[in-house]
Amino acid sequence: MVWVNDIIQGILLGGLYALFAAGLSLVFGVMRLVNLAHGDFGVMAAYISLVIVGSLNINPFYTLILVMIVMAIFGYLLQRGLLNYAMDAGPLQAILATFGIAIIIQNLLLEGFTANSKGLDAGVIENAFIRISDQVVIGWFPLLTIITSVIVLFGLQLFLGRTRMGRAFRATADNQRAAQLMGIDNRHLYGMAMAVALAIVAIGGVFIGIRTTFSPSAGPFRLIFAYEAVIIGGLGSLWGTLVGGIILGIAQVMGDHIQQGWGMLVGHLVFLAILAFRPQGLFAKQVQ
Amino acid sequence: MAAPLKVERYTRASRIALPLVAVVIIAAATVPAWGSSNIMKQGVTFLTLVALAQMWNLLAGYGGLVSVGQQAFIGIGAYTLWVFAEKFGINPFLCVPIAGVVAALFAFPTAGLAFRLRGGYFAVGTWVIAEVYRLLVTQISWLGGGSGVSINSAGAIERSTREAVVFWWALAVAVGSIALVYLVLRSRRGVALTAIRDDEIGARSLGVNITRSKLWVYVLAAFGTGATGAVIYLNLLRAQPEAAFSLQWSALMIFAVVIGGLGTIEGPIIGAIVFFALQQLLADYGTWYLILIGLIAALVVVFAQRGLWGAVYRRWPVDLFPVRRRLCLETVCFPEETPSPPTPAAPSSPAAVSPTSAAAPASPAAAPDAPSPPTAEPPEPES
Repeated sequence: MVWVNDIIQGILLGGLYALFAAGLSLVFGVMRLVNLAHGDFGVMAAYISLVIVGSLNINPFYTLILVMIVMAIFGYLLQRGLLNYAMDAGPLQAILATFGIAIIIQNLLLEGFTANSKGLDAGVIENAFIRISDQVVIGWFPLLTIITSVIVLFGLQLFLGRTRMGRAFRATADNQRAAQLMGIDNRHLYGMAMAVALAIVAIGGVFIGIRTTFSPSAGPFRLIFAYEAVIIGGLGSLWGTLVGGIILGIAQVMGDHIQQGWGMLVGHLVFLAILAFRPQGLFAKQVQ
Repeated sequence: MAAPLKVERYTRASRIALPLVAVVIIAAATVPAWGSSNIMKQGVTFLTLVALAQMWNLLAGYGGLVSVGQQAFIGIGAYTLWVFAEKFGINPFLCVPIAGVVAALFAFPTAGLAFRLRGGYFAVGTWVIAEVYRLLVTQISWLGGGSGVSINSAGAIERSTREAVVFWWALAVAVGSIALVYLVLRSRRGVALTAIRDDEIGARSLGVNITRSKLWVYVLAAFGTGATGAVIYLNLLRAQPEAAFSLQWSALMIFAVVIGGLGTIEGPIIGAIVFFALQQLLADYGTWYLILIGLIAALVVVFAQRGLWGAVYRRWPVDLFPVRRRLCLETVCFPEETPSPPTPAAPSSPAAVSPTSAAAPASPAAAPDAPSPPTAEPPEPES
């Protein structure tokens, strides 16, 4: 039963990783950009929430909409103002530009908020749980997280599949030049893709802030876990991303169970094993 | 009858520059005789930065491999130094080349996994593997665990001797890294690498083994980075996994190369000077130097891809290091050594960006069998 609990906790943790991975996957899918600052954007969202909570004295859940809007606008402007030009310069230049942004955000947060860990206090839901048996306990908040991530993924699927803009996203992902010839303004579209990605990562950031503590240097870990979820699930597969996150979550929880502090290492090793034996991921739509 | 064609590499500038470089190196080698302890420590920081930047440039600028996981090899270098000096009792100063070799050995399995990924995914993949090395070191108590290790045998050596030897080692890795890149570029493999940098598909169609060339570059860069890591920790004398495998090392080398100019030998040197100068100037303002340098790097990489050296080169096209090949027929060479005066259509065409190339548009210098005679066509500056 202890292992059952591990698996359940791993699944719940995977929901959190999927929230970070979805935006990363979307940006890569639409514009072939690996955003090295993705994790830092999530941490930045947590700090924005912290500032709003501090000044208005409200529950962090209520800040969610505002943080999402702020991050979406920020993402759109960043894409239009810098990253579109970076992508014109070349794929290598684009990666390096996002790396520069990552380092800038980390250090700005460090200057603004010190290196101390901060947390968001969401009240009673943080510690409420459902007791299934003596060994299997499901926290309400982790449950809410994975439900949110399923809703986000479902919403993203509807958005990509049913809306006019979603169709433009898919067209650009398939063939950017042809899409442009059909009258799609790819500069605006890329801005929108980044806006959507950062709105999603804002949810992830606030949720992580509630679940654990965060510090300016937390971003890289978020990026790495999201990235591992994407690769395990397979590039281009939205639901694969959720499964990838869950596999990573289970590996980490079990690793920590075997020996305290091994969680991250075991998670990385599972990722490397999948990279070695199934480099295209579990649910890849196409072999990269 | 054989055609009187020959390939030339030396230019007037490089004939002057190389002896000058030798003088600078000899002058630098005398620093321990007159410099203070502080000057030598700063000197080691600067020289090792030059070496790291050169190695990252070899990787990204010539190999097209954007790694953000080179800190793996700094950490491996640091811990190799500690293991061989403290556990095996070898003179710590002799551990520098050993650290390079061990790092190169680790580069093979690392590449085996990371090379399955391309572009940005390769970048994060190398980072994950660096994290794995860090976590392994943290978990292995034989390696001191998370609290780190002290290189006591080096610390026990008399201070002035230690500082002087560490400084010379730093000078050696800086000069050695430049020499390594220089020799690589002049070799047969170097031509292949330049071709890959300019056009990977084109190079493959001409029979260049892309994977093997990239692996070779990756292993060489790991060797240089590992040896430099050992020198850095001979200077610091205390290694912790958090710091030795820190992403900050990648930020350091990447920013230096990007600001100076990707894909040139001169660029990383200039970038290291700028980085070091800003670091010293803003030393009292916490991490603001890193924010400023990150901002400069992000803007340079987008709006002035060839960096500072690229800007200088466009104004005064001189090659200090003779690595470009020119085709000479009797007395005329192509590309010409002295370029035609800048006209509106002249070399300054930074807008010409090929989406596949790593840093530069295809340059005629990469193709020694350019058929046309050296006419009015101006030489295109290599990135």
